[in-house]
Order: sequence, then C-alpha cells, then structure tokens
Amino acid sequence: MSAQDFEASAGPAFPSVDRGRLVSTLGLLLGVALLLIFVAAPLVTIFLKSLQNDTGTFVGLDNFVRYFSSAGLVQSLFNSIQIALTVTVIACGLAFGYAYALTRTCMPMRGLFRAIAMIPILAPSLLSAIALIYLLGNQGMIRELLFGNSVYGPIGIVLGITFYVFPHVLMIMVTALSSADARLYEAAEAMGTSRWRIFWTITVPGARYGLISAGFVVFTLTITDFGVPKVIGGNFNVLATDIYKQVVGQQSFSMGAVVGLILLFPAILSFSVDRVVRKRQVAQMSARAVPYAPQPSKGRDRAFFVFCSLVSLFLVGILATAVFASLVTYWPYNLTLTLAHYDFNAVDPNGWSSFTNSLEMAAWTALIGTCVIFLGAYFVEKADTLPFARGLLHMLAMIPMAVPGLVLGLAYVFFFSTPTNPLSGIYGTMAILVLSTVVHFYTVAHLSFVTALKQLDKEFEAVSASLKVPAYKTMLRVHVPICLPLILNVAIYLFLNAMTTVSAAVFLYAPDTKLASIAVLNMDDVGDQAPASAMAIMIVLTSVSVKLLQVVVTRSLLARSSAWRQRDPG
Amino acid sequence: MGTVSKTFGRVAGLAAAAALATTLSVSARETITVYTAVEPEELAGFAEAFQADNSDYEIQWVRDSTGVITAKLLAEGENSPADIVWGLAATSLLMMAERDMLEPYAPAGMDKLSPALMDKQDPPRWVGQRAWVASVCVNTYEAEAKGLPMPATWEDLTKPVYKGHIIMPNPASSGTGFLDVSSWMQIWGEEKAWDFMDRLHENIGIYSHSGSAPCKMAGRGEYPIGISFAYKGAQLKGEGAPVEVVAPSEGLGWDLESFAIMKSAKNKAGAKALADWSVTEQANRMYNEAYAVVAMPGIATAVEHFPANIEEKMIDNDFAWAAENRARILDEWEKRYGSKSAPK
Repeated sequence: MSAQDFEASAGPAFPSVDRGRLVSTLGLLLGVALLLIFVAAPLVTIFLKSLQNDTGTFVGLDNFVRYFSSAGLVQSLFNSIQIALTVTVIACGLAFGYAYALTRTCMPMRGLFRAIAMIPILAPSLLSAIALIYLLGNQGMIRELLFGNSVYGPIGIVLGITFYVFPHVLMIMVTALSSADARLYEAAEAMGTSRWRIFWTITVPGARYGLISAGFVVFTLTITDFGVPKVIGGNFNVLATDIYKQVVGQQSFSMGAVVGLILLFPAILSFSVDRVVRKRQVAQMSARAVPYAPQPSKGRDRAFFVFCSLVSLFLVGILATAVFASLVTYWPYNLTLTLAHYDFNAVDPNGWSSFTNSLEMAAWTALIGTCVIFLGAYFVEKADTLPFARGLLHMLAMIPMAVPGLVLGLAYVFFFSTPTNPLSGIYGTMAILVLSTVVHFYTVAHLSFVTALKQLDKEFEAVSASLKVPAYKTMLRVHVPICLPLILNVAIYLFLNAMTTVSAAVFLYAPDTKLASIAVLNMDDVGDQAPASAMAIMIVLTSVSVKLLQVVVTRSLLARSSAWRQRDPG
Repeated sequence: MGTVSKTFGRVAGLAAAAALATTLSVSARETITVYTAVEPEELAGFAEAFQADNSDYEIQWVRDSTGVITAKLLAEGENSPADIVWGLAATSLLMMAERDMLEPYAPAGMDKLSPALMDKQDPPRWVGQRAWVASVCVNTYEAEAKGLPMPATWEDLTKPVYKGHIIMPNPASSGTGFLDVSSWMQIWGEEKAWDFMDRLHENIGIYSHSGSAPCKMAGRGEYPIGISFAYKGAQLKGEGAPVEVVAPSEGLGWDLESFAIMKSAKNKAGAKALADWSVTEQANRMYNEAYAVVAMPGIATAVEHFPANIEEKMIDNDFAWAAENRARILDEWEKRYGSKSAPK
C-alpha cells in the first residue's frame, strides 16, 4: 500500500496525521511565499524596469528596440556565444579525459589529482584572470607561448573561464563515469571487441547524460560570468560586461535591465534543454549490475598520468602565480618579496573588515541556506498535500540557476530599495547579502537534497503515520541523519560560494558589509593587482581550511551516525 | 541526532556571537555615512583631520569607483543610507541634482571659494573641492626599450610608432574616458575630434573599464602609454615607478571632485558639519597634497611630479553640454570603436 492510499483511507481517523498534514501544508505555503518574494518578485521588478526609461516613465519596448538597433549588441551576443561554445568544448574535453582517468584507469595518485582539480572552486573567478595577466600579459613571464597574440580578449577570457568552470564540469563527469555495468565490458571483451569500439559504444553512451548536462552547465556559467571578461576581456565585448557598462559606466538602469533580460535567454534555453535531457535519462544501473573496476594497463595509465599532470600544472600554475603576484613588491621592475600587499588597511578604507564580513556572511549563508533549502526540498518531495504548491515550489527553486548573479543583484536593488516595500529595511544590511547569496546558489543545493530524499522510501512516512509519530519527528530522526553528510556538503558548498561570489553582491553591499570578494574586484579595478591577489589568496586559504575541516567532520559523522549503513540488510 | 542539534547549536551560537561583537564594536560617536569616489589611500587622512575638529562624529566611508557610487546612489534613491556624497564627479552630482536628490546648503565660509567651481543655484546643491585633470602617463623604461619618443601633444599619440602601445579608459564604462572624449570635442569641434579618435583608435592596445587603470598599467609596462589623470601618474612616480606624466599642449579635460548633502540624509547635522569643514583652508591644503587645482583660490602650491602649470592647460569645460550630449556621443563611439573585436 502506498503512502497516499494509506492516508486517503485512514487519514481522517488519526488526528496526528492531520497535524502532520497541517505542518506540511503550512511549510509548503511558507516555502512558496518565500521564493515568490525573494526570487519571483525581484525578477518581475527588473522586467518592469526594462519597460521604463531612466526617470521611470513607461516606454513599452523602446529600450529593447534601441538596444537591438545598436551595432554593439549583435557583436556582444555573437562574442558571448562564441566564447561559451569554445569554453564548453575545451572544458568538457579536458574534464572528460580527467574524469576518465580518475574513474576508469589505475593511474597513480588519483586522490591527489582529484584534490588539485578542486582548486578553482576555492577562489574568486577574478583570480585566474589576474594570474593570466602576470603569466601571459604584455610583461608576462611566459608570454612567448602566445606567439605575439594578446591575452586581452578571447584568449584570456577562454583560459580564465576554463580554469574557473573546470571543477564544476569535472564533478558531473566523474559522477557520470562512476556508474558502469562491468558485465557490458566483460561481454564486449569476450566477443573480442576493440577498445576503441568499446569506448564509443559503451562508455560514451553510458556517460551521455553527464556529458550533455556538463556542457550546458559550462555554457551557462561562461555566458553569465562577469569577473574574467571584466579583468582580461580588453576590447572584446560580451553581454556580461555590457550590463556593467550600461549600469556602472552610464548609470542607465533600464538598459542594464534590458541586457540582463537578454542574458537570461541563453541561460533559460540551456537550462530547459538540460531538463528535457534529464527526463529522458533512464537508469543505467539495474539491480543486477556489477560495478565496473578498472584493471591496470601500463600504457594507458601512463598516458593519462601525463595528461592529468599537464592539466594539474595549469591549475596549480594559476594559483601559484596569484600567490607570487601577491608577494612581489612592484611587478615587473622590483621582484623583491614582501608581505606589504596583505596590509589591506593601508590600501582600502575597509581593509581587513571586508575579510571578516565575508566570513560572517558565508557562515550565515551556510546556516540559513542549508536549513531553508533542506526543508523546501523535504516538502517538495515528502509532503502529501497540495500537489500544485509542490510543483510550484520546485519550479521556483529551479529559477535561480538560470539567473546570472549580476541580474539577480540588480533585481534586488530595484525591488528592495523601493521605500514603499515593507521589506526595504533589509536593504543595505548583512541580511540582503545572505538572502541574495542563498537564492543565487539555491538550485544546485535544492536538486542535491531532492535527489537524496527521492532515494528514501515513502514507506518511512507511512510507517510513522501508522505509529502516530508526527512527520517532523520522522524527518528529524530519519531523513536528517541519513542525509547528514550531504547536508554538510551543501553547507560547505554555500559557504565556499559565499566567500567567492562577486556578481550579485556588487550592487548590494553597504558601508559596513563590504565583502572580501568585492574588495578584490575594487582593488583590481583601480589597478592595484597585487593587493587584489593578496585578498584573493586570503579567500583561498579560508576555503581550504573549511574544506579540510569538512573532511575531518564528515569522517567522524559517518563513523558515528551512519553505523546503520554498514549493517547487514538481511 | 543529538550531534546534529549540538553542531547546529554551536554554529548558531558562533554566528550570534560574531554578530554581537560587530554591533558592540560600533563606538558611541555619531556616524556620518559618506559615499565617496576619492582614492582609497587618502581617506584615512581626511577622516582623521575632520574628526579631530568634530569629536562628536565619526565618518563611515563607502568608497567605490565613480561609476559604481553614482549607480548605487541613483538606484537607492530615497532609501540611500548616504548622508553626504563627498569627492564625487560634478557630472554625477548634476544627474542627482536633476532628480532632486540633493539638499541645497551654503557651507559656512563658502564665500572664500572660487564661484566657478560650484553649482550656480543659491544656495548651491553641490560644491566643488578640487579638479582632476586628464594627463598621459608614459613608462620611460619601456619607451626607451621600444624606441618610443616622448609625446607632447594629443596629436602625437596618433603617430604610427605608438601602434598598440596605448591604453585609454572606455568612455562607456568610465567617467574619465568620457571626460577625455568630451574634452577633445570641446577643443576641436566634433568632426575633427572624431577624425582624431579614428586615428588614435589605430594605436590603442585596449580600452580599460576604469580611469586609473591605464596609468597603473603604464607603470607596470603592460602598455607603455596610458591616458589617465595626472594625480595617478604623480602618485606612481612618487612610489618609484618609471613613469613620466605628460600634459598634452592642446588642452586638458577635467572634472570636479565635489560634495553634496543628500535630501534623504538621516544625519543632516553631521553632513553639514562635514560640508563646513570641507571648505576650510585646512581642508583645501589637504586637497592640494595630491591635486594641483583646488576650490580655494591662491593657496595651491605646486604638487610633486605633476606637469608644470597644468591649470593653464585646462579647457573651459562645459559640463551641461557634456551631460546633454553624452548618450549621443557614446552611441557613436560604440558604433565606431566599441564593436571591433580584439586587438591584433
């Protein structure tokens, strides 16, 4: 008997079930209300703004007509798509090879390579662009590698963003390649199929979904990133820097809103395709599948070791260059090492306080974000009531993925700075930074929780209902402990992203809430690249410490609270 | 489960403690929230000097580039936490005055200032503090290595020898960039200015998004010649960078760092106190430490590393004309140079 049948037939007889229903109904409605206020309403505001002129008069589609008739747009759109496609091909290619090496070979030091690949996630995206200028700029250490081409432009943007998106793609690819049915490979080998043919007929189709999904993730991340093209884009205009030019350069919010909405299209398109593909996916692993375990093969393992070493060299090289940049007195004329650039109080009125602000903001984001997103996912997945509200909540939770940070930030300014908005009190506080960051990274966290909760049998609810245990107790006693490693993972994910995010926060920070990542942007903007690198390195150090802490805590948590996982099911 | 709630409890406790500590660290003195675009390294000195005479107040700076501060103020409107805007381009304050965001106020002692450098209304909605002036920063070390002669005029910069060696701020992203373009138009008339920029464009390596970046990049030799402003170049030279500041002879564009009290200010008394202090001789002498042209006539002394007699080259700048024609000029600029792809 399924949970629904049980509730439908026995529900009215048990008051405790009704209470459980009440809680999930209220929870669902609260979740929907929160996302309507913090996701939908600001986006509606930015849409309205795009239909007004800068003094607030309604002008219909005039702004769009004006923008589409300007020569710049077509070029920026074309440039953005060109960059995004290039990065998608390069990053997916590299990440596929790297993920293949990690999951399907017996290459030595796989753990180390896996750790190195995570470096970019710990740093603000600006870091790679600054480091690339030191490496390949006109005074760069290894500029000869570009054979006279300038790093300022498509080359710099592609390299910088490839660095920044690499771990995101890699994680999807590793997941896609991790599950394979060894029986298929055994059968193929028994029939004498060549390795090449096995690769194309078994490995690639098996990882097909991961490849497509990764492709769309890179495409969206690339087209919406603003930090890298701002620092190293030179005269190569892309949509993300166009918003900056309209809003910051010309103070035209209406046009900024227009470009923002245009930027939404590729993101929404790629996102919808991703959803369709996801639905088509059928389970690769049947219950009888035998997990694939790679066998050592000297030639292959060595080749992949060389490949991964080269990719790692690129990743480590960028980070090492940023460390170097933060320590050199005056590049390129005075190469004496100094810690002077870490004296942030001397170059910036907010100095070190922006670093502590970031810590505070990241802690709140991790705490509030994890709780809210987990509860939201729980109600979407486990509530028995209001199917419409569940669907709506899930849909609203999907939106942030398609909204570039810059657009979200602008939307928040428009929505929350209106004095007539009862919530305008949070404008200029730490709260709005936390909220915007939670919303910005909502989707990935939500999807992880939904996936995890889906794996838990609905019988848990049915059983607890029949035992008259309220649903929230079941949640606290069953779902939370089982999901604990994931909960921690999500909290860390939110923390790290809150430390490095720039785009949404740049319009939202106030005098006493300036963030470290914003300080990096500001210092680079006025040309102080050494202190900018130093602050970026401080962010990296924090992220590394938090990540290490997570490893330790996860180990002890798993040992203590997941003893059930080891128990013999029979 | 116990572990969960304990862990969460601890995290929440830590966060609460952090929040409390932040609240407690705010001192008892009344805060004035000041939005500014003044270079960050100067701010501490100004705050100390002001607070020495006004011990009831404490300045809280919100510093960002001219573009970001202006955008923030316009977006925030009446809900802005700013009490006073201080050291922001007059062009930006004009936009705010147009939207009726500024409170007219005549600071005590204002009569000692040059009337040309403030709003024409009485009492003025904004008051100029000091002028920043366009200049060219040349990296002497790289110039010698690459065989580049020292330019003396704007026209010189269009010579083929400088091809790919010049960086200037993009007028669509940076106020300093627009100041250059509008000054060339006021010097030569539009047609000749476009012709000049067509030729200059051939020599530009990249257009930057910020006004001070070209000089800093010239200092590091990324691009040996940066069209920027004099203060930045002089400062870099003072720090030992191989930079020479050149003031082209045809004339120099400039803008005014100015202050204005917000209509929506929560601490109007504090804002007025800072406004009064900002027109004193002491303040003007401090402005003069980094800038050659200040609002109080007769007190400016030569600034180290500045081009000599820079004020004589300043053009008769028509702010209103520049503001009115800005959108049209930028459209044309984008059409001509903006959509060109990366430099070869």
